[in-house]
Formats: sequence, structure tokens, C-alpha cells
Amino acid sequence: MKQDNAMLRVDDLTVRYGSHVTVDHVSFSVEPGQWLMIIGPNGAGKSTIINAISQGIKYEGNCYYEGRDLAKCKPRERARDLGVLSQNHFVGYDFTVEEVIRMGRYAYAPKMFSQERDKDGTALVEAAIEKTGMEPYLKQSVLTLSGGELQRTFLAQLFAQNPRLLLLDEPTNHLDLIYQKQTFALINEWLKEEGRAVVSVVHDLSLAKAYGTHAMLMQKGRVQAMGTIEDVMNPELLNATYNMDVYQWMGEMYSQWK
Amino acid sequence: MKRRADGFGITEYLVFTVITAAVFMVCTCVGSVNIALSDVIESLRLALNGGEIPAAIYGTYNILIRVRLPRVICVALVGAALSLAGGAMQGLLKNPLADGSTLGVSSGASLGAVIAIAFGIQIPGLAMGGTMVMAIAFAFLSLLLILSLAYKLDATLSTSTIILIGVIYSMFTSSLINLVITFAGEKVRNITFWTMGSLQGSTYTNALVMFGALLVFGGLILLKAGELNAFAVGEDNARNVGVDVKTVKMIVLISISALIGVCVSIGGTIGFVGLVTPHMTRMVVGPNHKKLLPASMFSGACFLMLSDLAARILLRPLDLPIGVITSFIGSLAFIAIFYSSRKGK
Repeated sequence: MKQDNAMLRVDDLTVRYGSHVTVDHVSFSVEPGQWLMIIGPNGAGKSTIINAISQGIKYEGNCYYEGRDLAKCKPRERARDLGVLSQNHFVGYDFTVEEVIRMGRYAYAPKMFSQERDKDGTALVEAAIEKTGMEPYLKQSVLTLSGGELQRTFLAQLFAQNPRLLLLDEPTNHLDLIYQKQTFALINEWLKEEGRAVVSVVHDLSLAKAYGTHAMLMQKGRVQAMGTIEDVMNPELLNATYNMDVYQWMGEMYSQWK
Repeated sequence: MKRRADGFGITEYLVFTVITAAVFMVCTCVGSVNIALSDVIESLRLALNGGEIPAAIYGTYNILIRVRLPRVICVALVGAALSLAGGAMQGLLKNPLADGSTLGVSSGASLGAVIAIAFGIQIPGLAMGGTMVMAIAFAFLSLLLILSLAYKLDATLSTSTIILIGVIYSMFTSSLINLVITFAGEKVRNITFWTMGSLQGSTYTNALVMFGALLVFGGLILLKAGELNAFAVGEDNARNVGVDVKTVKMIVLISISALIGVCVSIGGTIGFVGLVTPHMTRMVVGPNHKKLLPASMFSGACFLMLSDLAARILLRPLDLPIGVITSFIGSLAFIAIFYSSRKGK
């Protein structure tokens, strides 16, 4: 990966919880058009990287978005470029689906005494609702939604936010197959527009292989391999990292369906 | 499936104001001595415009203008402030059981106030300044202590963690309050005032101070209603959509502490108001804080005025501590909320 064209550049990122190092001197960059899959066994520090870039936890090192240090960015400005889908989606109160989706426009809401208006807001919210198929649910309480519907609600919020880089932490965790397919197809569609990129943590290696352009293989906080999806997802690397014959296992699994 | 408008509209303000005004009038008329509405209005007119007080209503005028009116005004303002603080805290922590009394913030504020009185900490020129500043400072320190402890133990701030810490902290501060009162003797009001609260003997000055605090800190909280919506979905959600999480949290926590601190120095610890009223209000207007918070202020005022009325007339002429009523209703509501939130999981 070239450095000069990078949208996101993570430089020597280290995260510690007490004396335990969860992310150990990790550097990588993401260019427009790329979908970087962060893969690796449990405890590799994958989600922690997403948490650090989205400024949810303390870290050492730097994260730059188009050359700007994300730690020094104003939260509103950061949210206009960077959209994050977190893993935990438990909602406490019975907001309507529409209310939650509209929160995605927070970063564009005019400040007090400002003459600006959020001109594109309505159109973007409507487009996001249409894309995710949440139209019939708009007035429904989010507490009554299934896991898949809730995920689509937050995806709609994310699309309404209209960022250029998506950070996704296990976007299809606990979702039924149909929603896994829908979610990845939606994100793939979103990525097609110019100047956009996606970084996601994925457990399912088949999904990573199917949708990713690039991959970063991690183990115990360290980067084992990085590059295009084909380069990283080769038998030797995967087998060594996951401590099993990944290719044979995947083959066995899929041969059940033939 | 009902549609909810975003803000608190003129109609809603009007409806809530009329209800609150009606409750206010009832609470000024009824008491140890019942006063006819016409006499109340006549006394109010005289008090505002001046003029000779007719001998026929001289007695009622005194009761009403000197004793009952300042008390009811204080009760209304304290109710509004506690309810607003509770509603804000529940949004910020995404927990419907968070409140000054359940978290132990009110007891912390009481401790501050008691220490100020016992050790004669005063601010020259301000009658209750020392007590208030100490109550606010202790409320804020308590919040910081409780929340950082809770975050350490359980980053998701689950209900059981918060409540457990709140209970322990309340017991801890109560023991210290008792200790200080034992040594300070006559100077400090009795322990019932600090644990159960009372707005007996409130003055117009009290009301003015409470009004000022509500204007400044209540206003700050209301300005952050949009951010509180994002927090109510989750702190991660707030950060992701672009809320300046740290700053907003600080502003809201300081405002909550200030409101609770002032309430406590005027009326002691009045439990559960901030728990019951935002919850009931949420059932009516929905969870959007742009609506919920203003509505909670009105309903908080009404709830506390009615509780105070009950405290005054239930065992007439005995004046019950107001917290007896609010805690009685509040604990039942607490169980109901806890039960329904558990069942939902």
C-alpha cells in the first residue's frame, strides 16, 4: 500500500489495558476504493483497532484521516468523514426507528445562532431509509425490532451520516444468513461510489474473502500479514495463525452442500 | 406507531402550564387551614399591588403570603429541578433507574451541606452560600467518584452495578452525616431533614436562588437535549454521530450536581422525584429529550407539589417530611421499572 494516496493512515498504534498489550505497534493505511478486512482469531485485538481509530479508547501512536490527526479533530468534523458501526446495539429507550436514523445528521445540525441549514439532510435520510428498506418500520419503536432490523436501522443512520470511510466492527455478528447477505451487499453497493473506503473486522473468513479487496491478518495484537486479499488469505499464513488447517476445514464445510 | 414531533411545541407548553398552574392553586388553597380561592386571589393581588389588608382576611393573608406561598413555590421549583436532573442523568447513562437518590448523589450533597453548617463554612454576603457551594461540590465529587468506580467495575454501567454502588455510597455518606451531626449538635438541623427532606419554612430567597439555578443549569441541560438523545441510544452511538462526548458529559454532570446541590441545601434529600417523574413523563411524550426534559420539569413540579400537599394534610396538623411521601411512591415505582426492564430482556 502506498502512503501518499492514503485516506486513513494508522501509524504505530499501541493499545494497553493495564499491563496487557492488546494492540502492539500496528501500522497500516487504506486508500479510496479499498475494503480492508481485519481478520484473525479471538483476542487478536481487531475490534480494539476500530475502537482506537474511532477515538473510543486511549492509545499510543497516531491515526490520520487524509493527513489530519483524528485525535485532534473536532468530533463533529470527524463524524462527517468517519462512520462507525459498533458491535453493541442495545438501545435503552423506545425511540422510533426514524428518530435513531435522523441522529446520523447530528454532525451537520446547525449550531445555535448559525444561519446555516442542513440542506442535504432530508434527501440523505430518505435515501438511507430507501437503501436499507426501513420505510415500513419508521414509526416503530426500536425496542420491538429484531437483531437484523436493528442492524439495518444503524446502517441507515450511518448512510444518513454520509461519511467517506466506514469502520465496521463485526457488522453481521449474531445476524441470520439473509441479513448477513443484505448487510454486505449494502456496504458493497455503498463502496462503489468514488472516494469511499471500508475497514471492517470480520470473523467469517468466507465473507472476508468474498467482499474484501485487502486484508490484515492479526494474532495477539500483532500484524501477521497485510496486503491484497489473495496474498493474505493463503493456506500457509491462515493455517499458522489460526493454528489449524483452515482451507481443509472450509472445504469440508462447503462440500456438505454439494 | 404514533408520530412524535421533534420539539416541545406551544400547545404542549400551554397544556403543561395550565395543569401546573391548576395544581399550584390547589396547593395554595388546601392545607392545615383551607383558604377559599377568592381569598387567595385577593391576597395575591394585595401582595403584588400593596394596599390595606382588610381585617377579615388578615389571618389568612399572613398564612398564605408569609408561609404557604413561598413553600409551594419552592416545592414546585425543587420538583422541576430534581426531575430535570433525573431525566438528564437517565439519558446520559442510558439507564432509567439513574437518579440523584439512587446513585447517592443527594446524600453526597447532604454531607457537604452538613459539613459546611457544622464547621461554619460561609461565604460573606451570601446567606446560604457556603452550604450551597459545599453541597454542589460534594454532589459533583460524589458523581465523579460513583461513576468512575462504576466504569472501573463494569464499562457498560449496568443497572445492578450503578444501584449497588449507589446504595453503598449512600450508606457511607449517611454514616458520615450522622457522625458530623452528633458532634455538631444544635447547629445542624436534625437528621430527618437530611435523609427525608422538608420544605417547611422555605423563604422567597430560597425560591429565588432555586429559580436562578434552574435558569442557568437547567438551561444548560436543555441546550444539550439533542446530545442526550444520542447518549440515550448509547455512548458509542453519541461518539459515532459526532457528539463531543467528554465535554457534553462534563457540562451535564456539573449541571446535574449544581441542581441537586441547590435542592439539597434548600430542602434536604427528597428521594426518587428524579426517578418517578421522568419515567412517567417518558411514557406520555416518548424518549426524545427535546420534549421529555421540558415536560419532566412541569410534571416534576406537579408531582412534588402534590406530594408536599399530602405531607401537609395527611396527618393534619402534623407536617410529614416530604421524602416520606416521595420515597413511598418512588420505591414502588422503582420496583415496577426494574421489574419491567428485567422482563424485557
